[in-house]
Amino acid sequence: MLEALALTCIKGDRILFRDLTHAFRPGVLTRVAGPNGVGKTSLLRLLCGLAQPDEGEVRWQGTPLAAQRDAWHRAVFFHGHLPAVHELLSPRENLRSLAAVQGLPHDGAAIDAALAELGLARQRDLPVRVLSAGQRRRVALARLVLAQERPVWILDEPFTALDAAAVAALARRIEARVRDGATVVLTTHQDVEFACPCDTLEPGRFAPRRKAA
Amino acid sequence: MGAVFLAMLRREMALAWRGRTDVLLALSFFVVVVCLFPFGIGPEANQLRAIAPGVVWVTALLASLLALPRLFEHDLRDGTLEQLLLSPEPAVVWVLAKVAVHWLVTGVPVALFAPLLAGLYDLQPDVLPLLAGTLLLGTPTLTLIGAIGAALTLGVRSGAVLLALLVLPLAVPVLIFGAGAVEAALGGVSYAAHLALLGAGMLAAVALAPWACVAALRLAVQ
Repeated sequence: MLEALALTCIKGDRILFRDLTHAFRPGVLTRVAGPNGVGKTSLLRLLCGLAQPDEGEVRWQGTPLAAQRDAWHRAVFFHGHLPAVHELLSPRENLRSLAAVQGLPHDGAAIDAALAELGLARQRDLPVRVLSAGQRRRVALARLVLAQERPVWILDEPFTALDAAAVAALARRIEARVRDGATVVLTTHQDVEFACPCDTLEPGRFAPRRKAA
Repeated sequence: MGAVFLAMLRREMALAWRGRTDVLLALSFFVVVVCLFPFGIGPEANQLRAIAPGVVWVTALLASLLALPRLFEHDLRDGTLEQLLLSPEPAVVWVLAKVAVHWLVTGVPVALFAPLLAGLYDLQPDVLPLLAGTLLLGTPTLTLIGAIGAALTLGVRSGAVLLALLVLPLAVPVLIFGAGAVEAALGGVSYAAHLALLGAGMLAAVALAPWACVAALRLAVQ
């Protein structure tokens, strides 16, 4: 189980949230909600260990992330709001190099199957430079297919720039993964319905009250 | 671990090849600056011969700085860096692969071109292999020290200037022993100690710099 224990996040001189405690149970989709600027992305980055909390800690299976970085990196898949796709490389090359570094399946067959599933079979050898914004997002999301076995998915705005059919397909994929017992944490501003156990976490509720001037 | 290194090596080589104008920039800078000195100083053969090792080395150092700010910048901007930092293998592995390719495309061409330019300085042909050798031995250290600077100044405004200020003082020992070896050979004395120190510096940098780099990169994505 992934747990956030009394997390405090400070950006500049502003406290985004304080004492945020939450258990992200397996088999539940947690939606991190709230308006822009409440610290949704900051929370996701704390959860995957890319950023360090100012106070508190994140635990995976009872152990703090910092004490088991390698094991944690083998368990988690993070989809950031930046696509991590290089314009000069083809979708295939992009996927192959990152998947190899992240310990995901990176043989030719797995890569091609993942790209075909996202509808990029014909574009797989073109430089990403010539692809549209939506297609670039799909290249990034193809990594999700490769990370199918990972028990924790942390997804920051995965539905951005996707067409309706792709949004629906991705939502089905996420649901299936949650029903298989994975822990999924995501943020989205789109109205996507999920037919699986869902939970909502609002970092804004943990923001310190503004004192009256 | 080997798979991570090779995958990163392959990726960076492909990127270096497709963005080769960037690569040529450092080399052209080196060639142009080395060619400028004889024009400024005049055709005094003894004087040119005396300054040749220093000029070549200082120019190689500045050329190696030229491409450094871009070492991690693109990866930071497009989100690749945070994905790379989520690797289950030690991050030094892919950092080392990146730095190795950077050296291959900036340091090696400079070392190979330096002997060709030595004619302008009337250097004896027998010290030319030594000149290239010291550059081959010294430029990896420059690239590794530079990589720490590049990681530390990542995402900082006017990072390129800060990078130069950070890295140049640290590069002084490499400069002293690199140019010193060639000067010693020109003076007819043994240069073995200079080479040994250059080599030792490179090994120390290979062992330590990637760790410092990774620590700085983790801070940069915070």
